[in-house]
Amino acid sequence: MIKKNLGLAFISLGLIALLGGLLFGSIAALQFVFPGTLDSLPFYKNRPLHVSLVVAWVFLSSVGGIYYYLPKFIGAPLHSERAGRIHFYIFILTGILVIFSYFFGKFGGREYWEFPPILAIPIFISWIMFGWNYFKTVFTTAKNWPVYQWMWGTGIFFFLFTFTESYLWVLPYFRNNVVREITVQWKANGALVGSWNMLIYGTAIFVMEKIKGDNSISRTKIAFLTYLLGLTNLMFGWAHHIYNLPTEQWIRYFSYLISMTELILLAKIIWNWKSTLSESKKDFHILSYRFLVAADIWIFINLTLALLISIPAINLFTHGTHITVAHAMGSMIGINTMILLASCFFIISDAADKNYTPGEEKTIKRGYWIFNTSLLVFFVCLIIAGAEKGIGIVVEKLSFAEVMAKINPILIVFTFSGFVMFVGILMVVIPPLKKAISQLRK
Amino acid sequence: MPLIAKQIYFGFLFLTFCIYSFFVYTSDTPSDAKELMTTDAQAGKLLFQQNNCFTCHQFYGLGGYMGPDLTNVISSPGKGEIYARALIMSGTQKMPNYHLKEQEVNSIIAYLKYVDKTGVSPTMKYTINSDGSVNYNE
Repeated sequence: MIKKNLGLAFISLGLIALLGGLLFGSIAALQFVFPGTLDSLPFYKNRPLHVSLVVAWVFLSSVGGIYYYLPKFIGAPLHSERAGRIHFYIFILTGILVIFSYFFGKFGGREYWEFPPILAIPIFISWIMFGWNYFKTVFTTAKNWPVYQWMWGTGIFFFLFTFTESYLWVLPYFRNNVVREITVQWKANGALVGSWNMLIYGTAIFVMEKIKGDNSISRTKIAFLTYLLGLTNLMFGWAHHIYNLPTEQWIRYFSYLISMTELILLAKIIWNWKSTLSESKKDFHILSYRFLVAADIWIFINLTLALLISIPAINLFTHGTHITVAHAMGSMIGINTMILLASCFFIISDAADKNYTPGEEKTIKRGYWIFNTSLLVFFVCLIIAGAEKGIGIVVEKLSFAEVMAKINPILIVFTFSGFVMFVGILMVVIPPLKKAISQLRK
Repeated sequence: MPLIAKQIYFGFLFLTFCIYSFFVYTSDTPSDAKELMTTDAQAGKLLFQQNNCFTCHQFYGLGGYMGPDLTNVISSPGKGEIYARALIMSGTQKMPNYHLKEQEVNSIIAYLKYVDKTGVSPTMKYTINSDGSVNYNE
């Protein structure tokens, strides 16, 4: 089934993981505001199921895109189709084991990777295979790589680095010093997010270029300068997570300085805004383009928030509050998911024999607006809840219970908007998923 | 941008990153954190991970949001060891009773005592500087 459609198989599985992640996320949100809901699958199992499935969505769809684009659009047949298929099967097998470990309450890892550490080994091996296959494939292409090939290569390389780093806690030197362990854990997590951002943003540039039919976009000087700025932030811009940890002051200052370089990206977005807006009207009928436009707006919103919470004086009040969640979820849903959905729509339209029926297209377009509107409500609720919590704890010196009682009404609205968003995403995802599966069956 | 310029910049950045990572790994932590955890606290740390306590609780504001930050649960006024022990053993409306053995509860308490000595969270005493930086818990 996947022999000729490796990329399509990855993204179909990715879309299923996205729906699974949203389902568990919705249940977890319900349990957050109404404790005791669905006791047979408690919150401490639901949350890792939600997080791991959403992380799986990000990797499956970005990796699937690379497997699809390389032979089909870049003219670089995979160095080893077989290695690609083995990668797919290892992913499925490990994914099933991870899900079972959560269901049976077998944990042992750290944030993002809560499963027993032994399961990190197949993930590591499969990624090495993917990296080997990718570099062997792209080294056969012209040396003047477009920026997305650099970004994909960087994302693959740094995932290996940060994934390894996130397991340094198994060594007593790190494990037996809580401050050092948390510092290194968040250094790894920060760069890990940077590494998947490289895969995703590379995909965004690729899809945009193909929609526009302009191959020069990915070879401009500004594209490479933006990539190098992103790379610098991937490596050094993570410490806003640990400002209040008793580490050395230079770690905070250095990261603060690096984070502020992202102001250049913000300025670039504002500078390009007018032309982006007029162009977006022209191509808005193209489904994948529609998601890229939404991602552009969410990048602006989330980058502004990221810059603000990287200022230590603001971070003091936002750290450990729902504003951090707004930053994480806003980026994961508003930016990453929008871009990856654009890529999925692009691939499925290319691979499938038939267009969407008018009914399907109407459902997708309605789902798109429901998805984006509810995400805005979801995001604003988290900002309000976070601000209330930050002020409540740092300024008013309220207890945790008092703060939670105060923000519970806004969290109920947040939960409701989450459910509406789930419905919107279902409307967006089901038609292309059906198309992809029927294509895989042929 | 010529290929060689990209390669040099990438190489320079990666080398800087490796040196930087080395300094982060070996940087000083507060004197209390330098003390190695007791064997009991080490067992408590593993139990913390095996029961996925981080999914609800935080240390230094990092972790889940369902439950409170536990960095200073042992030394906070109105809380302390007895309070923590009682909650672990009975559970609450939001936290299940994990039915831990007495020795396991002791280990988790030992771990919480160790973490408590390493610093203060959330930040209660601070000075905000004109450049936007902060002096924490002075």
